[in-house]
Amino acid sequence: MAEKVSGFAEETVKVGGTSLIVLKGGSGKPLLVLHEELGFPGWLRWNAEMAKTRRLLVPMHPGFGRTERAEWISSVRDLAGFYARYLREQQLSGIDVIGFSFGGWIAAEMAANDPKLFRRMVLVAPTGIRPPSGELRDMFVTTARVYLSATVRNPAATAEFGALFGGEETPEQFEAFEDARAEVARLAWQPYMHNPSLPHLLEGVTGLPTLLIWGREDGVVPLSAGEVYQRALKDSRLIVFDDCGHRPEVEKTSEFVARVNEFLA
Amino acid sequence: MHIMWFTERAYHYDPEKEPEKLRQFETEVIRHRSFFGLRNELFDAKLGSELLNQFLDEKIYSDELGFDGVMLNEHHGTPFCLGAVMDVEAAVLAKTTRRVKIVLLGNPVPTVGNPVRLAEELAMIDLISRGRLVPGWVRGAGSEQFANNANPANNRELFEEGIDLIIKAWTQPGPFRYEGKHFHFRFVNPWVLPLQKPHPPIWIPGLVSPDTVKWCAKKRFPYVALATRLEPTVELWNMYTREAAREGYQAGTENFGYLQPVFVADTQEKAEELGKRFMFGGSFAHFARPEWMFPPGYNSKEATRRLARLNNGPNLPGKPIHEAGGDEDDAHIEAIRKAIYEGYPQSRKDLQMIAGTPDSVIPQLRKVLEVLRPGIFSFWIDGPIPPKDRMRCVELLGKEVIPKVREIGRELDLVDPFERAPGSRPLAASAQPEPVANAEALAAL
Repeated sequence: MAEKVSGFAEETVKVGGTSLIVLKGGSGKPLLVLHEELGFPGWLRWNAEMAKTRRLLVPMHPGFGRTERAEWISSVRDLAGFYARYLREQQLSGIDVIGFSFGGWIAAEMAANDPKLFRRMVLVAPTGIRPPSGELRDMFVTTARVYLSATVRNPAATAEFGALFGGEETPEQFEAFEDARAEVARLAWQPYMHNPSLPHLLEGVTGLPTLLIWGREDGVVPLSAGEVYQRALKDSRLIVFDDCGHRPEVEKTSEFVARVNEFLA
Repeated sequence: MHIMWFTERAYHYDPEKEPEKLRQFETEVIRHRSFFGLRNELFDAKLGSELLNQFLDEKIYSDELGFDGVMLNEHHGTPFCLGAVMDVEAAVLAKTTRRVKIVLLGNPVPTVGNPVRLAEELAMIDLISRGRLVPGWVRGAGSEQFANNANPANNRELFEEGIDLIIKAWTQPGPFRYEGKHFHFRFVNPWVLPLQKPHPPIWIPGLVSPDTVKWCAKKRFPYVALATRLEPTVELWNMYTREAAREGYQAGTENFGYLQPVFVADTQEKAEELGKRFMFGGSFAHFARPEWMFPPGYNSKEATRRLARLNNGPNLPGKPIHEAGGDEDDAHIEAIRKAIYEGYPQSRKDLQMIAGTPDSVIPQLRKVLEVLRPGIFSFWIDGPIPPKDRMRCVELLGKEVIPKVREIGRELDLVDPFERAPGSRPLAASAQPEPVANAEALAAL
């Protein structure tokens, strides 16, 4: 996992009463990485590629097993407020951000509240908006394992699928999944994984170039939600990868890294 | 000793009249890998109507026999239990019985969502029954959280806060404002209050959760173990007793109850034949899918840690009891069916099922009573069994078994919570609590 990568360090930052654990790797301008609903999937090929030119800051969401739970955080908007405070106090406002799935939703909530927190924003198949057609896949009615395999179009044909979350479901990984699932349930059980007011607030975001990336065959967040994001965010572009599910960073790594680097340049 | 009986009120076909339908229905459940969530187009309302009436008739009949109580429960979205809203049945029994306690084990507080409404429903049942209600509370099985869209991550908080609010609504003069973490009421002032004062006695049923056992000990609520295996049950009793000592009291038989699967018939053969049916109709754990048994956040971190390290348990999260779903061939289905019923001899050996004639079951019941020493004892009758055989079982229990169980209860000094208030015995000066369960009797089995 992450610890094996050279130059990848872990630090603890105090945000209010919470000791936030942040993984750091690579060198260059900082890039905030907001991880998904099952937890941090580990240091993968896309991380290694991007770390060549960027310093990745990957906070471990409170309550997901690594960073302690903050009792007062009871919605994704609360969590977004928590991270906004982290950025301001660490003099990181104006940072570039990339958010995956649930982490993309957090980034969108932060931008809706204060667009100046970010210079540029990349949202990879973010949850947060209810798709006008299709449904957000419900992570709570299946086991973590089943949900995980639905996140790529074809697990067998996805080289890095076996590396996600360290591969084997050890007892420790099982516990980590359960921590993540429990915390997401606290924040997004109902309405499930979205906030009806988000698209309205995103319409007010100005001066924040945004790249939306989707897999056409996304089995977790239907592409129609991406179209709503694109319409709501004035300065946004939606790019869609064919033959790709919910993890373009793993399913189409080279194209993904190229497009993100180009956008963030 | 308080003696009652219980049935899940399972949806089932009569094995004598419609054996093929029964078999097909079992196949559907096996194929689905769960009772919960079985598609409800399979529900035949006419059969449902007959069964609910049959189950109520059985309870009403037991009022004339020697039972002290009838016990109900509730489950949602499953043919395993037709009591989807147990308070409805309790209301019927409140008016149609005269003597028995109506023991509700229990109302799933987190899934009901409105504790004040629950307080009112239960107060009405207590009033109509002229003070015969024994309410109890449960967290609800994992599947219940889905059926009611109750957030499982808040389950224990909803459980504890909801119960506090119900008791407040019954005991604290209103109107008052309630602002908790999960519940908010501007105006708590139920006009209809329970007949029993300060409020009806509360018992708590449970399976294995140490958290619940400790909480019961703190609250001085009797804990009723639901057909759990004897050894871990003794451990839980000891845990309760130690926690009670921390609270400054000596736990006694009045703090404990036990639910015992049983089938009694006129001949041993018949009883065994019917008892075997319990394996499918009663053994809940074999047919539940992990994703519905363990919703997110439903278990404490400690419980999750324990689960994660159990490698051989049947219903581990992430480890379905059998992997395939929906496309098993007939041979696979038959193999599973066979495995279910083949568990019967072991369940008899472990006293997880006691079956026989009124005379032959007594020594086995005595063993259980000697080990666990419960002040509350409930028989559990279940499985797809013809109505006449169920009724005969209830009759034999009431007329022939209960008098003898009572004698054993007197001999073993199994005092119930009506005879001695749970939590009323002071701790001995040594502050070392005496165990209630009998470990020597367990070892001697």
